[in-house]
Amino acid sequence: MTTARRSCIAAVLFALGTLPGASEEIGDAARGADLFARQCKACHQIGEGAKNRVGPQLNRIFGRRAGSVEGFTYSRSMARMGADGLTWTLQTLDAYLANPKALVSGTRMNYRGMAEPEARAALLAYLRDWSDRPQDIPEPEPTARKTDPDLAPEVLALRGDPDYGDYLASECQTCHQADGSDQGIPSITGWPEEDFVIAMHAYKQKLRPHPVMQMMASRLNDEEIAELAAYFATLK
Amino acid sequence: MKLNRRHFLGTGIAASALLTAPTVWGQAKPKVVVIGGGAGGATAARYLAKDSDGAIEVTLVEANPIYTTCFFSNLYLGGFYEFEKLQHGYDKLTGAGVTVINDMATGVDRAARTVTLAGGQVLPFDRLILSPGIDFRDGSVPGWSLDAAEIMPHAYKAGPQTQLLKKQVEEMPEGGVFAMIAPPNPYRCPPGPYERISMVAHILKSKNPTAKIIIADPKEKFSKQALFEDGWNRHYAGMVEWIGPDFGGGKVEVRPEAMEVVIDGEVTKVACCNVIPGQKAGKIAEIAGVTDDSVWAPVHPDSMKSKADENVWVLGDSSAQGDMPKSGFSANSQAKVAAMAIRGELTGSKTFPAKYSNTCWSLIAPDDGVKVGASYEPTPEKIASVESFISEVGEDAALRKATYEESLGWYAGITADMFG
Ligand SMILES: Cc1cc2nc3c(=O)[nH]c(=O)nc-3n(C[C@H](O)[C@H](O)[C@H](O)COP(=O)(O)OP(=O)(O)OC[C@H]3O[C@@H](n4cnc5c(N)ncnc54)[C@H](O)[C@@H]3O)c2cc1C
Repeated sequence: MTTARRSCIAAVLFALGTLPGASEEIGDAARGADLFARQCKACHQIGEGAKNRVGPQLNRIFGRRAGSVEGFTYSRSMARMGADGLTWTLQTLDAYLANPKALVSGTRMNYRGMAEPEARAALLAYLRDWSDRPQDIPEPEPTARKTDPDLAPEVLALRGDPDYGDYLASECQTCHQADGSDQGIPSITGWPEEDFVIAMHAYKQKLRPHPVMQMMASRLNDEEIAELAAYFATLK
Repeated sequence: MKLNRRHFLGTGIAASALLTAPTVWGQAKPKVVVIGGGAGGATAARYLAKDSDGAIEVTLVEANPIYTTCFFSNLYLGGFYEFEKLQHGYDKLTGAGVTVINDMATGVDRAARTVTLAGGQVLPFDRLILSPGIDFRDGSVPGWSLDAAEIMPHAYKAGPQTQLLKKQVEEMPEGGVFAMIAPPNPYRCPPGPYERISMVAHILKSKNPTAKIIIADPKEKFSKQALFEDGWNRHYAGMVEWIGPDFGGGKVEVRPEAMEVVIDGEVTKVACCNVIPGQKAGKIAEIAGVTDDSVWAPVHPDSMKSKADENVWVLGDSSAQGDMPKSGFSANSQAKVAAMAIRGELTGSKTFPAKYSNTCWSLIAPDDGVKVGASYEPTPEKIASVESFISEVGEDAALRKATYEESLGWYAGITADMFG
């Protein structure tokens, strides 16, 4: 780190302040609890000691295969969807709540659907509270909606900014060593920028198969990828 | 497009707000004290010193002169990694400009902004980072206390405890029973106990194939469960029995003197017993008064700053932040966000939206590695998971081997990132 660089920074000293959280909560769980009590509870139980009633108990529904609660007899239609691989996620549950028959034609759930997206989001947030917590079991379904990697204009204006490069690159350096050593994880230091950019976009589009890299690339936008390419190309 | 990171956008940059930094140039340098030189603390100290180029005085207080990583300590247990390779000193951190003090922090006066050490030294701070890891909750396993750890080791803080457990496993009599009392949520390293079971089974399979392993578990479900159960069936068929709460796995008592484990009233004589107790934030976080009734320390999701004090940060296992599991990877990721935020406050350097991530690798058998990971973003309420992945049951051997090799790379990478 050169002093020249530091004095430059001093000249453009400014504080962006921490930006508000980028991602969104699923919805208003308190409202969801209320909706559940009024529209679902007659048939479904959730929470400690929940049992199957007219409908299956709903604990741990996120990440669960459709039609898979032990001891509950499902419609043939629901059982088939489960066998075909339907898994309850934020997206599939949202579609099912919006119009059950659109997703599972022969479902026995006698419910017309919930038209208002915010109400569905609230209900989903409430149901999510009774599913596995990623803090305890890291693999469960997400608890928030991911935002687009599109960033605020203030951040985009930082393109080519060495501090931003430093910060972005610090995430890579938990695994990829700055000095270019590679033991089990490839070196990314000193790559031609173009190769770096192409590789990252291939992960982002899920053309290259590695799940960690797909995840890392998926939340970088074009500028950030270019920034990282420049950072690692010139890293000494 | 060619970008060069050494290019400065001198004028074009959107200088949104002018600096309100408390530092007046020429006055004494701002001081950051870091308590705990592990995954969170060492990373934070290193990044603060490295990125502030001497503008911040960084002092790291660590009780042990050598840090032994918990990560890969299970691999040591299984004979896949040497103990010496788990150990890391602090010389390079000193070289990077961090003042390392080898002592125990015993007091924090948040009003006076000082930390007191066991040796009597008093360290003033402008910002304090706490990353003391975990301590064990008293009474969480009836019959067990820290005094019994020489007989029934926890091996959940790496070091002599890990060596003791390995010795005990290797010396088990033929056909003996290895018992693990698994911890309740939340605890450090969700897949850790089950990776450990895999490693113990690996040793026993070759040394003591008629031995049995039982796990008494208060949890209905555990991390990577399908992957571990599949692996145990493939590699260690008939050896491992998991007793969940439906079968009394949550109702246990241990009798260290008699080497007995009582599960739901049934007494079993054991040859080796690994008790992993319930956990809480490292004691110094409690002393500092930044923990709450949950026994962890709540933090702001966008910076890891304590909710109890604007000059204090809590990282890693001790923090209550939301969805991130308590892992070395998480602590390292959080430390970078914290270092950036603190630098921003003290020197006016730029800050960027927080990004967090985690990946945990586990070894089930030789060349049979699996992983789980997620990315996280701050919401106003908590650090929330936004995307996750996990290895699949039935992956081919080449992929599992590559996953294991990748974990070796990760270990080399994160320890270099922590200690320089
Ligand atoms: C068996 C096992 C396997 C694991 N495997 C993995 C893995 O594969 N991947 C992964 O990411 N994580 C893994 N972990 C979890 C990981 O070790 C922890 O989550 C991580 O170390 C937490 O970092 P930390 O900074 O919070 O605490 P630590 O790394 O524990 O550091 C805390 C430090 O603070 C010091 N300290 C505490 N109090 C004081 C005080 N008052 N004064 C001075 N010093 C003090 C301690 O001596 C210690 O060095 C594993 C854990 C275990 C037990």
